[in-house]
Amino acid sequence: MSEILRVSVWRGEEAGGFQEFEVPRLESQTVLDVVTYIQRSLDSTLSYRYACRVGMCGSCAMTVNGKARWTCRTHVAKVADHGRVEIAPLTNLPVIKDLVTDMSEFFDKWSKARGRFQGTQTRADDFVRVSPESPKRKQVDEAIECIGCGVCYSSCDVVSWNPDYLGPAALNRAWTLFNDVRDVDQKARLTAVAGDAGCHACHTHMNCTERCPKQLSPTAGIAGLKRAILAAALKGEL
Amino acid sequence: MSARAQVLLWGAQRISAMVLALCLIVHFITMIYAIRNGLTAAEILGRTQGNIAWAGFYMLFVAAIAVHAPIGLRTILSESLGWRGRSLEISVLTVGIALALWGARAVYAVFGGGAA
Repeated sequence: MSEILRVSVWRGEEAGGFQEFEVPRLESQTVLDVVTYIQRSLDSTLSYRYACRVGMCGSCAMTVNGKARWTCRTHVAKVADHGRVEIAPLTNLPVIKDLVTDMSEFFDKWSKARGRFQGTQTRADDFVRVSPESPKRKQVDEAIECIGCGVCYSSCDVVSWNPDYLGPAALNRAWTLFNDVRDVDQKARLTAVAGDAGCHACHTHMNCTERCPKQLSPTAGIAGLKRAILAAALKGEL
Repeated sequence: MSARAQVLLWGAQRISAMVLALCLIVHFITMIYAIRNGLTAAEILGRTQGNIAWAGFYMLFVAAIAVHAPIGLRTILSESLGWRGRSLEISVLTVGIALALWGARAVYAVFGGGAA
């Protein structure tokens, strides 16, 4: 293991450039450790975002050597190329400063996809019994662990071609709610995620599935939505 | 265009793709079979002209192309050039009609009464 890691870090806004740093290599060092070292020991003006450091919050995603990754769970040893690492902000999102992107658009699209649970019961009602073995609940299980990190959105070709496209995370959320038997907003949700800006724009490149740090498959959920919406459209229910 | 119309276009493109896949297989097998002994164009035309069943098959082939290609072109132009809206819809519809007419003319030439 080389003693020194040479790191290129994006500085500035959209029109910025890379700045070089040298960071001491450590055992089990993560990319987030590297960024934190730079900010605390080399240049305190470096802006980046993180919170939990353990792969739960989805705050620290960045582009590492050209690929979107969660930096707190990405070991330098896995990504360093001849002792070098390039760290940039997530693509497909506006850069605020350095490694921090404006994620408003990403989360606004969750709202547009009606990614909010809509039930009918009150706290006075008893729990709804949903069998863990039911087919719909199993579909939910496969997609529910999204941490909203934006890695899929940043990796998606269709987002880069079509700015209106809702993106893998918002559609994955819509898919989990579509399979939630308690939810009563299904018709409006299917309409919201249909068509050119919705699931039917997906080209099934599977970048989202390839890069998702939680090993989810938004592509599978999007395919499920495509079929369900086509069936609804043919029945005139859309 | 409404979301429902966009979804139906998506469905039409998938179904036309399935039809195209079958038509292409039949077309290639027939083509290779027909020329294996060195048939001339005139000999082939002698066998195809007036054959209603094959004319029907190739009209289905043309219809699938006329549905499939403009829908795909619409997506490509939209994503590559940012071209959207009514002008795009009319342009790709024109392409679809042109493909249908050219295809029908070719089917008539091969299966109809004579050269178009």
